[in-house]
Amino acid sequence: MMMSRNKATEREDIEALLPWHAAGTLSRRDAERVEQALAQDAELARRFELVREEMAETIHLNETLGAPSTRVAQKLFAAIDAEGEPKKGRGMSFQASAWLAGLFEQLSPRTLAWSAAAAGLAIVLQAGLLAGLVLSERGASYQTASFGEPTAAAPGAFALVRFNPAATAGDITKFFDAHKASVVEGPRPGGVYRIRVAATSLSQDELARAVARLAEDKNIVAFIAPAK
Amino acid sequence: MQATSDEALISRIAAGDRLAMQVLYARHHVRVYRFILRLVGNATTAEDLISEVFLDVWRQAGKFEARSAASTWLMAIARFKALSMLRRKPEEELDDETAEAIEDLSDDPETTVQKKDKGEILRKCLSALSQDHREIIDLVYYHEKTVEEVAEMVGIPEATVKTRMFYARKKLSELLKAAGVDRGWP
Repeated sequence: MMMSRNKATEREDIEALLPWHAAGTLSRRDAERVEQALAQDAELARRFELVREEMAETIHLNETLGAPSTRVAQKLFAAIDAEGEPKKGRGMSFQASAWLAGLFEQLSPRTLAWSAAAAGLAIVLQAGLLAGLVLSERGASYQTASFGEPTAAAPGAFALVRFNPAATAGDITKFFDAHKASVVEGPRPGGVYRIRVAATSLSQDELARAVARLAEDKNIVAFIAPAK
Repeated sequence: MQATSDEALISRIAAGDRLAMQVLYARHHVRVYRFILRLVGNATTAEDLISEVFLDVWRQAGKFEARSAASTWLMAIARFKALSMLRRKPEEELDDETAEAIEDLSDDPETTVQKKDKGEILRKCLSALSQDHREIIDLVYYHEKTVEEVAEMVGIPEATVKTRMFYARKKLSELLKAAGVDRGWP
């Protein structure tokens, strides 16, 4: 009885972590716990697919929101010019959470997070890794995926993908080789890359099937969706 | 070749480096704008607020603590600005996007399923969530914030972050069910 209650609690704990597992923002230890549970629990695995579906549409929704107009930058830098140099603070020693505490003093206390820095580092490493891949594919000159040659009008079929942070450069290279895919743009906000999945354009159904094949490689792909 | 870290940029901004400010703005303004836009639901208001956010960064850069990720700090400022504005805004001013989403959900389920694919329905339901639920889903799925970062930004315990995410997802499933998409969960 006690054992089954413990198991149920453990399952609930794991289920609560699924959104962060899908986003690739769990610690390695937690990610391994979740992976282990997913391998042994078919219902949990089904629920993880629901989470991935939600994440895909959340990214899609945000990606369609556009960007602010140039008016914002003009207004901002005019205000900065009018204001002059910022006030001299206490260098890098003041806490962000203390800044927040001042703003949110009517709210409940919050927990400070050291792991934020680790998560940020993981994202930077992943972006660097992808930039490295593009560099190695394109020869000697340095070029990030974001600033390659214009690709909007290039032929082919495309998808938006976010890679699993645990995937290594070697894993991703093999993945691209195996699927004859390549990065054409990114990272976009959310760590998403636009990749070419076929050299010629595909019908909607063909593209959906191609994306489904790529999505099967869950060790590499955290999220993928068809793109124009 | 390695890009200057956000933390190094903020340090330079604290010393009055305008170019560093331009780089930080170029790097983060789209993401911060989208975060604000999802909270306030109006593009013009979001543009006004994003300008205020980065002006605050210019003024407060010397107070930045490198123990938090710079993007988390930026989003926390953005969140504060957005919520302050919403507190000033009369409640009856429902934004167009949310109003449209709610209107669409009032279609009978069969009609809705016929006229939209599942992804589109899901996106409508995501837009129809409450502000708290929209926010946490965006922070976790789109802005890739950890449990600890969300706790710090939103000002709630880590356990509450997980619970709020669970209830946001549960509500999403209920909206989907009402729109004719039964996911068999929860």
